[in-house]
Amino acid sequence: MEILVCIKQVPDTKNVEVDENGNLIRDGVDSIMNPYDLYALETALQLKEEHGGTVTVITMGPPQAKEVIREAYMMGADKGYILSDIKFAGADVLATSYTLAQGLEVIGLKNGYDLIICGMESTDGDTAQVGPSIAETLGIPHVAYVSSIEESTVEKIVVEKDMGDTIEVVEFSYPGLITVTKHVSQPRLPSYKLKLETEDKEIKTLTFDDLADDDETNFGLKGSPTQVERVFPPEDDIEQVVWDGSGEELADKMYNELKELKII
Amino acid sequence: MSNYSIDYVNCNLCGKCMDACPFDAIEIVDEKVEMNAACKACGICVDECQKGVIEPIKDEREVVNKDEWQDVLVFAEQLEGEIHPVTYELMGKGRELANKIDQELHVVLLGHNITDQTDEIIAHGADKVYVYDQEELHHFNVELYATAIEDCVNRTQPAIILVGATSIGRSLAPRVATRFRTGLTADCTVLDVRENTDLVQTRPAFGGNIMATILTTRNRPQMATMRYKVMEPAKRVEDPTGEVVEFSVAEEKLKTRANIIDITKKPEVESIEDANIIVAVGRGLREEKDLEMARELADLLGGKIGTTRPLIEKGWTDHQQQIGLSGRSVRPELIITLGISGAVQFVAGMQNSENIFAINNDPEANIFDVAHYGIVGDLYEVVPQLIEKIKNGEEIFKEQVAAAK
Ligand SMILES: Cc1cc2nc3c(=O)[nH]c(=O)nc-3n(C[C@H](O)[C@H](O)[C@H](O)COP(=O)(O)OP(=O)(O)OC[C@H]3O[C@@H](n4cnc5c(N)ncnc54)[C@H](O)[C@@H]3O)c2cc1C
Ligand SMILES: Nc1ncnc2c1ncn2[C@@H]1O[C@H](COP(=O)(O)O)[C@@H](O)[C@H]1O
Repeated sequence: MEILVCIKQVPDTKNVEVDENGNLIRDGVDSIMNPYDLYALETALQLKEEHGGTVTVITMGPPQAKEVIREAYMMGADKGYILSDIKFAGADVLATSYTLAQGLEVIGLKNGYDLIICGMESTDGDTAQVGPSIAETLGIPHVAYVSSIEESTVEKIVVEKDMGDTIEVVEFSYPGLITVTKHVSQPRLPSYKLKLETEDKEIKTLTFDDLADDDETNFGLKGSPTQVERVFPPEDDIEQVVWDGSGEELADKMYNELKELKII
Repeated sequence: MSNYSIDYVNCNLCGKCMDACPFDAIEIVDEKVEMNAACKACGICVDECQKGVIEPIKDEREVVNKDEWQDVLVFAEQLEGEIHPVTYELMGKGRELANKIDQELHVVLLGHNITDQTDEIIAHGADKVYVYDQEELHHFNVELYATAIEDCVNRTQPAIILVGATSIGRSLAPRVATRFRTGLTADCTVLDVRENTDLVQTRPAFGGNIMATILTTRNRPQMATMRYKVMEPAKRVEDPTGEVVEFSVAEEKLKTRANIIDITKKPEVESIEDANIIVAVGRGLREEKDLEMARELADLLGGKIGTTRPLIEKGWTDHQQQIGLSGRSVRPELIITLGISGAVQFVAGMQNSENIFAINNDPEANIFDVAHYGIVGDLYEVVPQLIEKIKNGEEIFKEQVAAAK
C-alpha cells in the first residue's frame, strides 16, 4: 500500500505570547509537528504494518520544516519530501492545498498512491480545510474527522467518522483521502534506534521547477484568493464590576445580582 | 520571487522587521534583508519598518466583474430532515449583510423529502429558498453535496456564501471553494461587508492569541464558515414573503466512490451549546469530588456544567463539555466560572455570553478582562454560601407563596 501523509510544522502554541502591539513574541517558541499529524502518521504506519507498502511524508514550508520529517523518520516513515520555494510563500488554504496536491502527484508518479492522510486541523490558525481541498484538487473522495479505521484491505477502507450527533461509517475504494481526529490511534514515541539509523537519510526537496504546473500565478500569494488585511490583538470593550471581600459578602452580592437579573 | 520589494539602498539593516515578523520569515542574507518561504504576506513588516523601505509588490491579477455576483447564500444544514440551528444564525448574519449592500438573502437546502422545512426558513426571513429534493442527497455525502452546491452557485451567482463551521460545513465548504478556486475563511467570528460587496472576515489566529481580518477581493463567490453560537439567530418576520425555488442536478452527476454504509445516533449527551445557564469549572477545583458542589449550583440555577481543557485531561469531565477554541462555543444568558484563569483559548469559546460571573482568588487572572462581574475570592468560600442563599431564598419564596394562599 502506498500511503502519503501530510505533516506540518507549527509553533508550539502552548507557549505563544503576544506583546502589547499584538505581535507574536517568537523568541523561545519551539516548533513542533502539528499534534493531529502525529495521529495521521501513526494511522499510516499501522496500515503499512498490516498490508505492507510505503509511508511517505510530505510537508510544505521553509527549509527548517525539515525537522518534522526527521521526526517522522524517527517514528518509522520510509520517505520524506519538503516542498519549499520562495514562490510558495504567502499561500492561503487554496494555494497550500494546490501546492501540496502538485507535490503529491510528483511523489505518486512512480507507484501511484492509495491513501492520503492528513490531520483533522492544524493548531496555528487554519482550520481543517487543507485536507478536503487537496482531495478536491486531486478529484478523489475524502472523509473528514475519521475517528476509527473499521476495516482495511489493499483495495478499500471502511472508516468511522464523528459527525457530532451521529457516527457514520463510510467505505471507499482507493485512491482517497482521510483526515483523522485524536481518537483514531495512539501515536508511538520517536525511537532512538530509528533516530540513529535515519540520521543521514535523505529528505528530498521539491521546488516550483519540480512540479507539473509551470504557471507561477497558481502558487504562493499570487495563487491565494484570500489576503490578510490586518492582524490585531483581541479587543475588549465591556462594562465590568469587580468585587472583593469575605466569602459571605461576595456570595451576598452575587445572590442579589442574580436576583436582579431575574435568574433566580 | 518575494511578495515585497525592498529598497536596499535606504535599508539600514536595523532588524525591526525581523523581530516583528510573526512567522520568522525574514532573514539577512549577504547583508540584505530577504523574505523566505515562511512569509505569509501579512504586512506587519511594512508597518514596522521605520524607514519605509519595504513595499508590497503590486498585485496585478484579474478581478472578476463583481456586479455579476449578487446576494447572500446560506447553506441550510439538515440532518434527517431537521434543520441545524446554526442555519438560523447564518441567516441572521446573512440578512444583516444583505441589507447593507441592498441585496437579497437566499438559502439553499439539500436533502430528500424536505420540502416541509422551507416554511420555517421563509418564516425567518429568507427571500428565496433553493431546494434540491433528491434521493441521492438524503444523507450528507460530501462530493454529492458539493456538486449540488456547485449547481446552485452556477445558476444563482451569489456574492457571498455562508456555511456553518460544523463537521458537515467544514468538510463541504473547502471542497466547494476549491471547485470555484475561490477564497474561504474558516471560523469567522465577525463579518461585515463593504459597499463593493467585499466581505470583511475576522477570525482568531494562532490559537486565539491574535485576530486577523481577511478579504477575498478578486474572486467570487466569497465563502466563510461561522461557528455555532457565535452570532444572533435570525428573528421571525411578520409577513414572510420568500419563495421556494425547486432545482435539481442530473442524476449522472451525483456519483462517488464513497458510500455511507451505516449511521448511528450517538447516545444523547448534555449539549452545553444549547444550555441557557452554565457553571464552568477549571483547575481551581482541588479534587474531583468538588465537582459535586459545582453541580449543585448548576442544578439550583437550572444550568449545565462546562469545563476547561485541563479537567478533561485529568478525566474529571467529558469532551462534550469543553468550552473553547478546541471545544464548543457557547453564548448562554449566564455563565459562572469557578477557578478558571481565562486563557485565550477558553475565552474564545465563551466571550459572547450575556452575563459572565467569574470567581477566582487571583485578582490578576485574565478571566477578569472578560467578566462582567469579577468576584475576587476563594470559590470554596463563596460557592457554598451562595448555594445556601439560593436554597434559603427558595424556602422563603415557598413560604410567601403558601402565606399568600
Ligand atoms: C491550541 C490550544 C487550544 C486550546 N483549547 C482550549 C479550549 O478549547 N478550552 C480550554 O479550556 N482550554 C484550551 N486550551 C488550554 C488553555 O490554554 C489553558 O491551559 C486552560 O484553559 C486553563 O484552564 P484552567 O483555567 O482551568 O486552569 P488554570 O489556568 O490553571 O487556572 C486555574 C485558576 O483557578 C484559580 N484558583 C485556584 N484556586 C482557586 C480557589 N480556591 N478559588 C478561586 N480560584 C482559584 C487560579 O487563580 C487560576 O487562575 C488550549 C490550549 C492550546 C495550546
Ligand atoms: N504546509 C503544510 N504542509 C503539509 N501538510 C499540511 C500543511 N498545511 C496543512 N497540512 C495538512 O492539512 C491538515 C489540516 O490543516 P489545516 O487546514 O491548516 O487546519 C494538517 O493536519 C496537515 O495534515
